[in-house]
Amino acid sequence: MTHPVVLAVGAAAATQSIAFWALAIGSVAAALGIVLARKAVHCAVLLALVMLTLAIMYAMQGAPFLAFVQVIVYTGAVLMLFLFVVMIVGVTSADSVIETIKGQRLAAGVAGIALLVLLSLIVGQAVIGPAAPGGPNFGSANVGAIATLIFTRYVFPFEVTSALLITAALGAMVLAHRERTSPKPSQRDLSIRRMASERPAPLPGPGTYARHNAVDMPALLPDGTAARLSVSAVMGVRVESGTAIAGPGEPASVAAPAQDENPPAGAAADTGDEEERW
Amino acid sequence: MVSPAHYVALAVVLFVIGAIGVLVRRNAIVIFMCVELMLNAVNLAFVAFARLHGNLDGQVIAFFVMVVAASEVVVGLAILTSIFRTRKSASVDDANLLKY
Repeated sequence: MTHPVVLAVGAAAATQSIAFWALAIGSVAAALGIVLARKAVHCAVLLALVMLTLAIMYAMQGAPFLAFVQVIVYTGAVLMLFLFVVMIVGVTSADSVIETIKGQRLAAGVAGIALLVLLSLIVGQAVIGPAAPGGPNFGSANVGAIATLIFTRYVFPFEVTSALLITAALGAMVLAHRERTSPKPSQRDLSIRRMASERPAPLPGPGTYARHNAVDMPALLPDGTAARLSVSAVMGVRVESGTAIAGPGEPASVAAPAQDENPPAGAAADTGDEEERW
Repeated sequence: MVSPAHYVALAVVLFVIGAIGVLVRRNAIVIFMCVELMLNAVNLAFVAFARLHGNLDGQVIAFFVMVVAASEVVVGLAILTSIFRTRKSASVDDANLLKY
């Protein structure tokens, strides 16, 4: 009869290997999704998934401190920063499927496979044995032991890190700062500009219907067609049927009939411009 | 039983996927994300090696890598927004003023 302790160890090992394989498959799939997804927002969400799986793996390998730092720094701070920039740079910043350099993707794939073979050979050459007995440093005493290491052997790199962080913060402020080249328009200027424009009235608000109350529903004009100006240019225009969102690549005139006499100049230029980019 | 070799193999796969992403994608933000993926893969290898040797130096180095990656992201994204402000594009193909 097997000893209960041995049974428990066997069960723990089985649980660990199940968790490892589930997380490994999930993280590799999400990583492939980052490479394949066309929209930057989807990439950011998939990256968050990869980072969370890695955090769980750190915890499984006796690094609870790193697991928490991973969640706080990466999924908390870095991912938020990524999402902010995606928001500023625009949700429209999707990759094109057109290759600018001929055969780039094929060459990149070959290079990637070559790198995989190279790294696998290197790792295969190394003899990676079973894990050393962990002890309390890989469990309850982990944080204290890491602190001891950081403040004794690694104290100089740690101090240099502070210089790096200050430089990075300063650099980010300098780079993101925008110098005004023209004076800020006053309220008077804005109102003069508005009266001189073709539309002194405010833009119409989005329509709210019985079936949808989303802001991407256009308001209806008296003759029943969609008012294109009532929807933000970022969202496509829904046709009245409420099913099709005009893809950004499609010309907006499909969704919004020629009803619109003065479409925003910027929007018209954008659709022409971005057709290739999408 | 999951040995450190499994984790190192996973780190290799994630690193290669990140490298392919850097080569294939042309949206600068996504390229950045792929660089982050590569850094994370290396961190996973560091943690696995720390477990393998039974000392914590690998974990400390992974911690430093995280700090450097965080500041790199801050500066990189600031550069990206300033490029976007002048070029109105996040594609790396459009930032070609230094090409010739």
